[in-house]
Amino acid sequence: MTPTPFALSYLPETPSQTAGPYVHIGLIPSQAGFEIFQNNFSGDIAGPGVAGQRIVIEGRIFDGAGHVTKDVLVEAWQANAAGRYNHPADKQDKSLDQGFRGWARTGTDFETGIYTIRTIKPGSVAGRKGRKTMAPHVNIWLASRGINIGLATRMYFGDEEATNAQDPVLNIIEQPERRRTLIAPRSERAGTIVYTFDIHLQGDRETVFFDV
Amino acid sequence: MTPEAEFHQRDRDVHPPAYTPVYKTSVLRSPRIPLWSLQNSLSEVTGPTFSPAELGPLDNDLILNYAKQGEPIGEQTIVHGYVLDGNGRPVSNTLVEVWQANAGGRYRHRNDTYIAPIDPNFGGCGRMLTDENGYYFFRTIKPGAYPFRNRINSWRPAHIHFSVFGTGFAQRLITQMYFEGDPLIPHDSIIATIPDKTAADRLTAKLDLNASRPLECLAYRFDIVLRGRRQTLFENKLQGG
Repeated sequence: MTPTPFALSYLPETPSQTAGPYVHIGLIPSQAGFEIFQNNFSGDIAGPGVAGQRIVIEGRIFDGAGHVTKDVLVEAWQANAAGRYNHPADKQDKSLDQGFRGWARTGTDFETGIYTIRTIKPGSVAGRKGRKTMAPHVNIWLASRGINIGLATRMYFGDEEATNAQDPVLNIIEQPERRRTLIAPRSERAGTIVYTFDIHLQGDRETVFFDV
Repeated sequence: MTPEAEFHQRDRDVHPPAYTPVYKTSVLRSPRIPLWSLQNSLSEVTGPTFSPAELGPLDNDLILNYAKQGEPIGEQTIVHGYVLDGNGRPVSNTLVEVWQANAGGRYRHRNDTYIAPIDPNFGGCGRMLTDENGYYFFRTIKPGAYPFRNRINSWRPAHIHFSVFGTGFAQRLITQMYFEGDPLIPHDSIIATIPDKTAADRLTAKLDLNASRPLECLAYRFDIVLRGRRQTLFENKLQGG
């Protein structure tokens, strides 16, 4: 675009379109039913040797009629156990791990609707402009058939009551009962720590989604 | 994090809203409570990065990356363009992933039951990193149109799905690219979810004769714009980081 005198020349963002029912082909081909790339991006955020407490995040995603959706792409982005993102804009004085990208993607299962992310529990991250520290959380992004523009939310940890109560993002949500839609209860299953994060796209228990 | 790292506010008017009855599946999958506006923190201005070593040499060649006994059927096509941000700066070294139907309009997906046959030599997906100028390029087969269950006789124009990361998770974008001159474009219920026709038109790739290969294949040009950051220089520093 040629800059015009007295006019702002920002470019408008490309419009979003639904990821469609076959999003798996491009982003999780093994779930679509075939193998094509030597190196797939998996649902396992933290490889061997990465510091931190091993956890599993799992849940289901419900539509406005209470149906379990079975074709949703789930992406997760998080800090490491020390609370630092593996990204040049994060200049906190904390350690980085080798082999920890901090991101993974998976799809809700075609049969059960359950999504599963294997990771480590993140640490607390400095808040906006270094203000109040944010409680440990995982940033979640959803895309699928029927979702016209990706939905951003956050998962917080049910066993972090004290830090959650101080979290600057949870606290901007006016209604306390809506804050609870972002908090995943902790349980243990055969020695594995599981946080269950169900997401409601619509309805009485609609999850808080953010315009980030 | 410095304020310079923040993204410009997303202009939601160029995007489809969540609830669009013309596309029936959106009716039950659309949040009805307004989104909570969240000023950027480190969680939004950071995002995953990828390296060339993670990609294979044929990952951006959909003609060859699943070829088993021969090459896939259909019109060999080049698609290329630039990924820019709202300031017009290149978004370099960012992951672009694409997926599509084959020439007959059939997806290689266990849930697709359309009558057109699977092409044994076509996978239908590819991926690449933009170069230092934000440029991407891939070869493919031009996808076919196909019907989908929306209204009784709803057809999708030929299209390629795009997924782009950008430099922070708040720039994440999934969209679809259409082909100039496709007569199904004005009839499509998915394009119709975008209220701003000028914005919707930007999803149509233009025939790019100069980039075509004589006696071999045509080319289409599709540029992608992600949200800008408050300070454009920041992008250049990121590349070195």
